[in-house]
Amino acid sequence: MYAQLVETGVKRIKALSEMSEQERAFQEKIDAEIKIEAKNWMPDAYRQTLIRQISQHAHSEIVGMLPEGNWVTRAPSLKRKLQLMAKIQDEAGHGLYLYSAMETLGADRDEEIAKLHNGKAKYSSIFNYPTLNWADMGAVGWLVDGAAIVNQVVLQRTSYGPYSRAMVRICKEESFHQRQGYEILLTLMREGNQAQKDMVQDAINRLWWPSLMMFGPSDEHSPNSAQSMAWKIKRQSNDELRQRFIDQTIPQLELLGCTCPDPHLKWNAERGHYDFGEIQWSEFYEVLKGNGPCNQERVATRRKAIEDGAWVREAAVAHARKKQNKNVA
Amino acid sequence: MNTKTDLIEYLLRLGDSALIQGQRLCQWCGHAPALEEELALMNVGLDLVGQARNWLEYAAELLDDGRNADHLAFRRDERAYRNLLLVEQPNGDYAVTLLKQFLYDAWHLPVLSGLAQSSDERIAGIAAKAVKEVTYHLRRSGEWVERLGDGTEESHKRMLAAIPEVWRFTVELTSADDSEQRLHTAGITPDAAQVAAAWQAKVSEIFTSATLPLPPAASYFYLDARRGLHSEHLGILLAEMQFLPRAYPDATW
Repeated sequence: MYAQLVETGVKRIKALSEMSEQERAFQEKIDAEIKIEAKNWMPDAYRQTLIRQISQHAHSEIVGMLPEGNWVTRAPSLKRKLQLMAKIQDEAGHGLYLYSAMETLGADRDEEIAKLHNGKAKYSSIFNYPTLNWADMGAVGWLVDGAAIVNQVVLQRTSYGPYSRAMVRICKEESFHQRQGYEILLTLMREGNQAQKDMVQDAINRLWWPSLMMFGPSDEHSPNSAQSMAWKIKRQSNDELRQRFIDQTIPQLELLGCTCPDPHLKWNAERGHYDFGEIQWSEFYEVLKGNGPCNQERVATRRKAIEDGAWVREAAVAHARKKQNKNVA
Repeated sequence: MNTKTDLIEYLLRLGDSALIQGQRLCQWCGHAPALEEELALMNVGLDLVGQARNWLEYAAELLDDGRNADHLAFRRDERAYRNLLLVEQPNGDYAVTLLKQFLYDAWHLPVLSGLAQSSDERIAGIAAKAVKEVTYHLRRSGEWVERLGDGTEESHKRMLAAIPEVWRFTVELTSADDSEQRLHTAGITPDAAQVAAAWQAKVSEIFTSATLPLPPAASYFYLDARRGLHSEHLGILLAEMQFLPRAYPDATW
């Protein structure tokens, strides 16, 4: 989900018979479910696609700290403040794992971060939505991390070893955050007053559709998916994962006693799945293009943090050099 | 004054300082100069808010007036807050933030080490756990003061500018009032003179290696957080931190 639209740069998938010997050996390894490691040969397009996908994923962790950081100073109890701080700390850690995984492919994190700051690299569309009440902290945990987990559980089997191993670690922590988020909402719904219950429904109304968009465009509009699937970077299609998310989330929504802001949502016994309404794709593409509610603020905040901190990083480098020189002398 | 009253007062001082320092660190979220620093700031803040909760819970039990730790954190006004003036000061740039953190950590560690020997078992237990955390905080903030003091010309200049912004508030770290003296006599808290000596030694050591001039000892003037006389910064900090529990006083979160 953190890689909603990743260009593969490949127009058409080659058949094995059209491949060079190296390419064929690579594809056969993929087909045999053998993980690709950093030192192995890989097609350049595979390498570039992964760099784009993993960096988008890493950027999402970092930009994703901001909507929650917006409430960490206002968390309403010591317990909730501690939970939120621990969660944000985990997200910074996930960003670090992912940048490390990306660097095994020969990319440089500072260069990729510069692309984020000049608008050339993407991050998950969800983090361009504002957090407007405390229940958003629960809804982000439950819906946003929930959608992330559906994607990431599958990515644990992604073909590139370092990425798949990062996903295993990240999923463990994410599941914890998701349960915590849901527990925030349960507490508000079961023990809260009417104003608090209204906060929950309002948060769900605002975050439901953006959460569904986290799975990316519908399959018919995902031109890059076929190659990503052939390389087993992606393991399941956007629509399959979105359906799984909806199917598992609706019972949780019912348990909360809340409603879904989708008048077309309905159980389809024949399919064994929920049918649901059409996503506002125009909104999705506007947000991805940079025209969402918080795109400008999010990128500006990150850019400013790195620019304002330049003197700190330079001081750390200068000091390390001085110490090294002293040790040599 | 009886020991219980003194003890409640002391627990509020410890808890409030940790909480307000943690709150200041929360304000850095998303704005730190490096990803590793985002992680470290949240990590240190998490430790401190956790310690605050432990101290405030104990204070609430002793108060026994129906309030719990959350009530103490989110419903007291600034005149009832007992945190050190140092920790309520604004974050400023990274030099101010780290200098504040270091000056606090260098005081916090000897205090907690002393409290780990307290005749009050509950205090000794909480402090023993906190010592491990604050040992790490002090190592980190001390290293940063060295890095920035003895880094580039720019970082040195910024550290020099940070010192007068916070130094005058250190007077609270090296003195004790009557209430604290009585607790020490009762074997509950460490000797303030020993804490002050440890603080001065550490600050002197780190300032020297950071190539920073050590200012003369700060002296008392009017403000006194032990009596709830704060700077103007605390009221605004509390308005932000307390708004939800204040707006919905009967709510469970």
